[in-house]
Amino acid sequence: MDILRIATAGSVDDGKSTLIGRLLYETKSITKDKIEALEMASKRKGLDFLDLSLLTDGLIAEREQGITIDVANIYFSTPQRKYIIADTPGHFEYTRNMVTGASNTKVSMILIDARNGVLEQTYRHFFIASMLRIPKVIVCVNKMDLVGYSEEKFNAIKADIQAIADKVSFDGQEVTFIPMSSLYGQNISIQATEMPWYAGQPLLAELESTSFDEIKKPARFPVQFVVRPKTEEFHDYRGYAGKIASGSFSVGEEVTVLPTGQTSKIATIEKFGTQLQTAGAKESVVITLETDVDVSRGNMLVKAHNQPSQLKEITARICWMDSQPLVSGKTYMLQHGINDSKAKVVSLSSKIDVVNQETIEAGVTELKLNEIGDIIIKTAKPIFADKYADNPANGAFILIDDQTNSTVGVGFVL
Amino acid sequence: MNMNTLEINQEVNTEISQLPKHGFFPRELEDEAIYIMREVAAQFEKPALLFSGGKDSITLVRLAQKAFYPGKIPFPLVHVDTGHNFPETVAFRDWLAKETGAELIVRYVQDSINQGKAKEETGKYASRNALQTVTLLDAIEEFKFDACIGGARRDEEKARAKERIFSVRDDFGQWDSKRQRPELFDMLNGRIAIGENVRVFPISNWTELDVWNYIKEEKMAIPSIYYSHQRQVIERDGMLWADSEHLNKDADEIPFEATVRFRTVGDMTCTAAVASEAVELDDIIGEILSAEISERGARIDDKRSEAAMEKRKQQGYF
Repeated sequence: MDILRIATAGSVDDGKSTLIGRLLYETKSITKDKIEALEMASKRKGLDFLDLSLLTDGLIAEREQGITIDVANIYFSTPQRKYIIADTPGHFEYTRNMVTGASNTKVSMILIDARNGVLEQTYRHFFIASMLRIPKVIVCVNKMDLVGYSEEKFNAIKADIQAIADKVSFDGQEVTFIPMSSLYGQNISIQATEMPWYAGQPLLAELESTSFDEIKKPARFPVQFVVRPKTEEFHDYRGYAGKIASGSFSVGEEVTVLPTGQTSKIATIEKFGTQLQTAGAKESVVITLETDVDVSRGNMLVKAHNQPSQLKEITARICWMDSQPLVSGKTYMLQHGINDSKAKVVSLSSKIDVVNQETIEAGVTELKLNEIGDIIIKTAKPIFADKYADNPANGAFILIDDQTNSTVGVGFVL
Repeated sequence: MNMNTLEINQEVNTEISQLPKHGFFPRELEDEAIYIMREVAAQFEKPALLFSGGKDSITLVRLAQKAFYPGKIPFPLVHVDTGHNFPETVAFRDWLAKETGAELIVRYVQDSINQGKAKEETGKYASRNALQTVTLLDAIEEFKFDACIGGARRDEEKARAKERIFSVRDDFGQWDSKRQRPELFDMLNGRIAIGENVRVFPISNWTELDVWNYIKEEKMAIPSIYYSHQRQVIERDGMLWADSEHLNKDADEIPFEATVRFRTVGDMTCTAAVASEAVELDDIIGEILSAEISERGARIDDKRSEAAMEKRKQQGYF
């Protein structure tokens, strides 16, 4: 069974929580006691219907403000697959959460209120989905009930969004439009009765039929942990534990250890004593090598003919996530996968106006919370990264403030 | 139209709900959890695995075993014993520690009470659930644990849905939902200041069903109380409570024998039993798929208020 990870984004009142609540409800993912609690809470609010948005609006602070303030993870499954929704806030202050929630996902669901059409937020969401190279975007044109299920209205919104997509989409990104009403369950899991003019699939069917052609990525194995049992039975055992970032590895293949450049052959690939012939991306394994080479945490096993660059000066796009702005000349800890190094921002070349899709170059001195810009950063140790666009699994890093220990930014190698 | 909203709202896609849900465990979840276990071992000096004897922490032990094989689990299992645990759970804990060769550390809530640090609750709903926090924080201080691995899952409860995989706690074990670090891709930042520690949740993305499917596919042993058995119970608030010396009963609450099992295992005073004939894992999975009550619905401690969990977490609860 596979997992499809989805990010949702929408402005405060687009009905995102209601949409997710309805997905859970219609896939029978809500137990009876939770529905009863929902009925009670709905009545307390003076509503004569089930407020499905209450299912996902979690924290106390949120209940007070009536908005979602952080990334919440929601789970449901169908006979086909398991779904994980990262519900990210749409308020403009929270670009940081949107990037965080969307960082692991393959599908981005962007919500539009049919009455309002495209908002400033829409540009931001689209830009982020493209920056993260999320392969599929589903534009959910919600609240169609409030515009009389009008096809003209839907088409007008579609045209507006297509214009944004034309500007920011990358090659291979798929954009799908679905008119819906999450309040009335139109086009969520059941084909809408109110919109016969819509020939496409309802949302759930669209998700169920989504699949991605795995493009062959280069083999990257970051070594997390060296397993040395030092017991009688495994006296000389030396295994390299890690999760394959991308590509695949097979027994007998020649590998190069970065940064030393030493080479060896793969003796075994193991999973708790099970011997594998081949292992692929996202699998946690232990690899042993035929010869004794020097390998430690933070090193990377790759194939000799396809190596990443060993970068000590990185050009990257940064999304800033801290209230203390990024300033040129400041030193941070850079963490790429499990490898880290002290790093210094050499220059901040430009800032991106996400809404107008413009690059601002003049007079950029700092990057504030939720801003996106391009920098050059120097590291003390080499980083074995690919360009994010070529291999996202090995092309991103985070920056950590070494005074507060906070994660302050995320970078995408250009 | 609004008049009929309730009806319209309750339309359910019957086509989907009638399909059998396959009990396949998504292996990606195991790979992710093992990755997290290894990050803990690599990033921290003194990690510990908080073991409750419940199915989630048994799953954690299995994952830790796999993550470091053929090496041993490189951190101790720590159990905060409330004194109100099911005897079956305690026996299972001791067996599992022996079986895996892991170091076991047990600290007692009774000691915290004796030291005057925790105060026994009174009344019909008295439980030691909240008192565990005191003993846990003392154990963290005693052993200088900088990372504590726990079996919390985001699907359990609304406040849990927003917790990070690496969740930083201050000196007092407190969680601040506004100060959480963003977690991007699979990069985990475990850097902390002296006195702080990190709670780690490797099975954050698992659901209750995922845990049961995993237990089944891995052929793991679990405490006997998860399976149907005969037990003396009382009925209270529409739930079945295990009768024990720790339970404060009203005069009209007369114990009777019933065929029950436990869906979640906490203290005897705060975990309700469900009437069940499930004697095999498949029966249990079948029950969960058709369940009318959610897992935490059987946790009396959560019912105290709608925001119960979040408040307890702010106070350092796991």
